[in-house]
Amino acid sequence: MQNKHTLSVLVENKPGVLTRVTSLFARRGFNIDSLAVGVTEDPSLSRITIVVGGNDTSLEQVAKQLHKLINVIKIQDLDPKEMVDRELVLYKVNAPADRRHEIIEIANVFRTKIVDVGKSTLTIEATGAGDKLSAMEDLLRVYGIKELARTGKIALSRGLRDSS
Amino acid sequence: MKMNGGSALVKALEDVGVEVVFGYPGGVALPIFDALYDSKTLRNVLPRHEQAAVHMADGYARVTGKAAAVIVTSGPGATNTITGIANAYMDSIPMVVFTAQVATPVLGTDAFQESDITGITLPITKHNYLVKDANELVDVIAEAFHIATTGRPGPVLIDVPADVSKHEIEYKWPESVNLPGYKPTYRGHAKQIKQAVALIAKARKPLLYAGGGVLGSGAWKELKELAEFMQLPVVATLMGKGAFPEDHHLSLGMPGMHGAKYANYAITETDLLIAVGVRFDDRVTGKLAAFASKAKVIHVDIDPAEIGKNKAVDVPIVGDAKSVLAEMVAELRKANAEPRTDAWLRVIDDWRARFPFHYHAHEGVVMPQYVVERVRELSKDRPTVICTEVGQNQMWACQYTQLREPRTWVSSGGLGTMGFGLPAAIGAQIGRPGHLVVDIAGDGSIQMNSQEMATAAIEKLPVKVVLLNNGYLGMVRQWQELFYDHRYASSTLAQDCPDYVKLADAYGWLGLRVTDPADVDAALLKAFDHDGPAIIDFRVAREECVYPMVAPGGSIAEMLGGIAGGPVSEMLDGELLEEVWE
Repeated sequence: MQNKHTLSVLVENKPGVLTRVTSLFARRGFNIDSLAVGVTEDPSLSRITIVVGGNDTSLEQVAKQLHKLINVIKIQDLDPKEMVDRELVLYKVNAPADRRHEIIEIANVFRTKIVDVGKSTLTIEATGAGDKLSAMEDLLRVYGIKELARTGKIALSRGLRDSS
Repeated sequence: MKMNGGSALVKALEDVGVEVVFGYPGGVALPIFDALYDSKTLRNVLPRHEQAAVHMADGYARVTGKAAAVIVTSGPGATNTITGIANAYMDSIPMVVFTAQVATPVLGTDAFQESDITGITLPITKHNYLVKDANELVDVIAEAFHIATTGRPGPVLIDVPADVSKHEIEYKWPESVNLPGYKPTYRGHAKQIKQAVALIAKARKPLLYAGGGVLGSGAWKELKELAEFMQLPVVATLMGKGAFPEDHHLSLGMPGMHGAKYANYAITETDLLIAVGVRFDDRVTGKLAAFASKAKVIHVDIDPAEIGKNKAVDVPIVGDAKSVLAEMVAELRKANAEPRTDAWLRVIDDWRARFPFHYHAHEGVVMPQYVVERVRELSKDRPTVICTEVGQNQMWACQYTQLREPRTWVSSGGLGTMGFGLPAAIGAQIGRPGHLVVDIAGDGSIQMNSQEMATAAIEKLPVKVVLLNNGYLGMVRQWQELFYDHRYASSTLAQDCPDYVKLADAYGWLGLRVTDPADVDAALLKAFDHDGPAIIDFRVAREECVYPMVAPGGSIAEMLGGIAGGPVSEMLDGELLEEVWE
């Protein structure tokens, strides 16, 4: 069965570890949809968040192979219902003076921030889940998106609910 | 203790218990070799090619279970090791390969003899290191040997820049290694073992399927105990050959593409496949859907990634073969289990009698199978290690030798590396100095590393090369005969070029030529009794094929060649099977 998976991979923060992880996906024929890496609360560890599509059995095989990498400490295949995930996008949008207020309005509706104002452009910083960002992108496209930069998804499993 | 990185490297090898180094020097490796020059305990063997150095370490590890070290220079020295490392990786053979590297200030500048060897070997090593700080070198070496020899073994590479091996450091051997991401599981899950044991106790047609993991873990005693206690027949893969004594009445030899018919029929008919230290390789399984399709499957392996990779498994057990098999036997004893395989063994014995390995002898022609049979018979009373090259020679060696001891078989399994046999035999002879070490060779494969004849001569290693010289790349020719309409594209060599007797002479070996089957025994005995290395150029039947054979992608129940026999379903109509199914 083809499915999108969000893998959260805790690794030792050492040179070359990202290459080991990503080349393993390539070798096993997987295309990585998105990737985000950063150091964790423990500076000796990094977290790599990988979004990847593929059938469940071959993905299980990749996860097992990942586990064999000496620098990989822990792998979680995050359950979409039990995780919090975010992406960050920067949009540089065409903004002639007469239409500027419309774009600002859209930015406000989506609770995003204008982070740069140029002579003929506005740059908007947006965070959120993927579908919200796609909806916003559709609206901004009308004005012309000059440039767009998007981070990979980062995600954590939700905290345990209070049982009382 | 203060010393430079090169000396620390050599001292670390001594401290970790390495006995032999296969090393080929070069520019940036000189600080290491200079230190090696002073070592009192390390034997340093100089091969004639870096690929061969790695195969030597490989052969040594297969017969001793110990990791050797390989030390080579940067650039071409390092890239020449690739095939050897890939071979060891595919067959899970422990070793540590040191490559010298250009100095850290010029790393990444395309300096003379620079190659990104850690990048290149990423997918063919269990782990690798680029040591940029000399103070980390000794800890890295301790880690590397720990990783190479524990869990599922494999090659580890350490890249050592020239300035690191010159830098003065304080030597301290670490008391322990700290690898938070590496904790192999040795003990099998108790509940899974119980479940497996329950299946074994009630199976009527069980079959043990043993592989290289049994040898890697040193589990041959436990395997034999389980097999004998429950009277389970055993098939052993090419990698597992020798894990179970092949003269035992429960041994069915090798399954798969060129395996025994009775081994393949047993897999086809078994109701419980107990797979231990195997990886369901395609050369064994043929068409996966037809492989052990009537069986429940128990799979024991130390590598969780192998379980369920190719074949769905009913009872997965992650753990070390030795520990898991011992626990299985203990559980079966506790439950007072009794063998129930009497009828099944009679069916198998019937197959064994009707479908033995078989070839047609021709008057006055040296048959390659005959030569291997004679090697088997004439080496019976001597402790012997059989090595092989790759191709037809390897398959005949599998089929016609009979090994009684573990770790006396050295053959390139997963990678199928031509040129492996001779250097591996040299490594094996170093590991087992008192053994007769025979390399069953083909004329294609031997030429890929024949320069190592010099190493054997100079190191006084009396290996015996039994050359089945047919003047072809025999296995390629066989496939061209069967599947490409006899079009022998690029597969024809020449039986008389090189002249192997003259080649032997040039290297100071004993060289013999045999063209008449009547002379086979005398030549073999002369070579075996000779106190130096020897090669016998057997001019064998040129277009002999290896049979039986499963067509690529076919079901292992349907084999070409050998004595004609119907597909397994027909053969099973007999009354013997009625008893099994009572």
